Amino acid sequence: MNEYWELTIRFFSLADANVRWVAAGSILLGAAAGSLGAFAYLQRRSLLGDTLSHAALPGVGAAFLLAGHKSLPVLLVGAALSGWAGALAVNAITRLSKIKQDAALGIVLTVFFGLGVVLLTHIQKSGAGTQAGLDKFLFGQAAALSGGDVALLAAVAAVLLFMLTAGFRSFKIISFDPAFAASIGMPTGLLQFLLTTMLVVAVTIGLQAVGVVLMAALLITPAAAARQWTDRLALMVVLAGIFGAAAGLLGAWVSFLAPRLPTGPWVVVVISLIFLVSILFAPERGVLSRLRRHRNGREKIVREHILKALFKSGESTQDWSGAHAVRDLEPVWSFSPRELNSGLRHLERRALIQRHNGHYRLTESGIAEGARIIRRHRLWELYLTTYLDLAGDHVHRDADEFEHVMTPEMEAQLDELLNRPEYDPHHQTIPNIGREGVS
Amino acid sequence: MSPDLWVLLTAVLAAVACGVIGSFLVLRQHAMLGDAISHSVLPGLVVAFLVTSSRGVIPMIIGAAVMGLATAYLTDLLDRTRHVYRDGALGIVFTFLFAVGVILIALYADQIDLDQDCVLYGEIAYTPWDLASIGGRSLGPRAVWILGGAVLANIAFIVAFYKQLKISSFDPSMARAVGLNERLWHYLLMTMISLTVVAAFESVGAILVVAMLIVPGATAYLLTHRLSILLVLSGLIGAAGAIGGFFVAKGLDASISGSITVVSGIILAVTMAALALTRRISARRSAKLLSAEFAQTLRM
Repeated sequence: MNEYWELTIRFFSLADANVRWVAAGSILLGAAAGSLGAFAYLQRRSLLGDTLSHAALPGVGAAFLLAGHKSLPVLLVGAALSGWAGALAVNAITRLSKIKQDAALGIVLTVFFGLGVVLLTHIQKSGAGTQAGLDKFLFGQAAALSGGDVALLAAVAAVLLFMLTAGFRSFKIISFDPAFAASIGMPTGLLQFLLTTMLVVAVTIGLQAVGVVLMAALLITPAAAARQWTDRLALMVVLAGIFGAAAGLLGAWVSFLAPRLPTGPWVVVVISLIFLVSILFAPERGVLSRLRRHRNGREKIVREHILKALFKSGESTQDWSGAHAVRDLEPVWSFSPRELNSGLRHLERRALIQRHNGHYRLTESGIAEGARIIRRHRLWELYLTTYLDLAGDHVHRDADEFEHVMTPEMEAQLDELLNRPEYDPHHQTIPNIGREGVS
Repeated sequence: MSPDLWVLLTAVLAAVACGVIGSFLVLRQHAMLGDAISHSVLPGLVVAFLVTSSRGVIPMIIGAAVMGLATAYLTDLLDRTRHVYRDGALGIVFTFLFAVGVILIALYADQIDLDQDCVLYGEIAYTPWDLASIGGRSLGPRAVWILGGAVLANIAFIVAFYKQLKISSFDPSMARAVGLNERLWHYLLMTMISLTVVAAFESVGAILVVAMLIVPGATAYLLTHRLSILLVLSGLIGAAGAIGGFFVAKGLDASISGSITVVSGIILAVTMAALALTRRISARRSAKLLSAEFAQTLRM
């Protein structure tokens, strides 16, 4: 344990020049993959990354066969070229046959990878012993790279990030509205080609950090996580880059601690956790905040039904001084005792109702509030029967839902539109209490 | 039987088992779910190994089925939040589960007879020596029994539920109209896929499993419009790829599962090319006929 702690301190203090390089390289790789992945994600081409990373394998084998030695630049070029061929093959299959996108992705993924495996096993058995290490491409091991290799990867990643920044506006337009982009004379084909090429390059250099199988995660997961936090593309791309960079740094650290452990899976676990936090806790789109909004809405409905019930019970005599056992009143029958109790407590705190030995009655402001809810309900019923020609007995349920979301502005406009009506379709009075400029 | 023949038989059985059930993935446009499941069963297998400390068939089946269903279910769950695209959701789920599997293997490497090479490439060349036996009597390679079982199970499943599978794959709204629980059939199918994957996994590796699930089905899909014929064709094409790949591997002294994948890909490419050619020829012929007719009309 102590030993790991020391290693951790050595890693994050960045005292070691080698560590600095590996850390910088991993961060840049993660950032490039994450931000490019954001575009792929929005274009719904997430799984293309998975296919590309597998399709790179035969290129690695072929480059090794041709060059005869294991040099990173050569392997990278081979990987990028065969990744590109994979992207073309997916396009060709979907265009030339009735095979759909998903099957085309699967076909290219497996067949290219199979070809890569054939090449690698052939190399291995033909006695070229230096093949050892080619399979690092499969699982990724940032720490296994030499200083020069890391510098190369970092440089490529930096170029990708620069290109993405420089062309951001164009990429944005072709991603969201290719038809518009074409209509204003943008070279959409060329730009899409550029974007796909950048994706291929990002996949190729990312393989070193996380490996073939998990490269897909580095493209998809940061993007999906970033999407939860913002609706703005620029921010989303930056966030995805940051998430990717954080995961990359962490992967480098793990690989520094335990060189025997594969790096990729740890990177993926970390980004997956970031994603989980995002999908649960993001302020607008997060699952929890949506649940809370839903609950708040439901609570409001309960409260308004209680006020409505109490108002109705005194409406015929225009006398609200009597107290009632709320749960016996018809409008609240559909709610559970727990919901009712919490609604009653809330209303009591806001001094809209008063309690007398378990019975409740409306206060002055409660009467006004109840009147307003009833008025909204009846105005809406009247509107539906007058303007939409709906039968009077069909509009109650609809009004029951709409009364809770109607804004005061809509209420005032309806009132005006219907000429400040006195009666609803069922010949019940539309209460005046609380109407602006009336009482 | 010579070891080579056992290997060949194993490959053919794996191809047939995957081919028939995988056709449904292609038809339902869920091909990448096959890729996902073949990766995400990994942690299920590792946990099954660790819990029972053996390669028992039953725990492995349970582990795989649980993880396969988890993949399909979690993807659905993310999809239903409507805040994650479906293909993205699939990618997130399977890479996470696979990552957990690889970490588990790395952590318990000394207790698990399952390494990364086996996961990726399979060990089909060694299957003849991994024998099944009852009461000390050898019954032939374990893999042949397991994969033979998978072939029978898949065929039985398809024959028994042919109508339900057909309707839910081709016409979801019809399925709902006749009261078919579409989700139930989706999950049942995914269970069968997971079981098939785990049956074939050990022998042929993760990637070849996906190839065998998708490629023969996609090839057959090009050739016919009838489901029954498609299923039979898919099995046959898978078997042809397995046999061809086996001999290519012998010739090149390369990975058997890799070669089978490549040969299956070549069969698909040739089929696509042949179809494109016949389409062009028939288009030209009908154009010629049309112009002849037109000339005739002009003359009259």
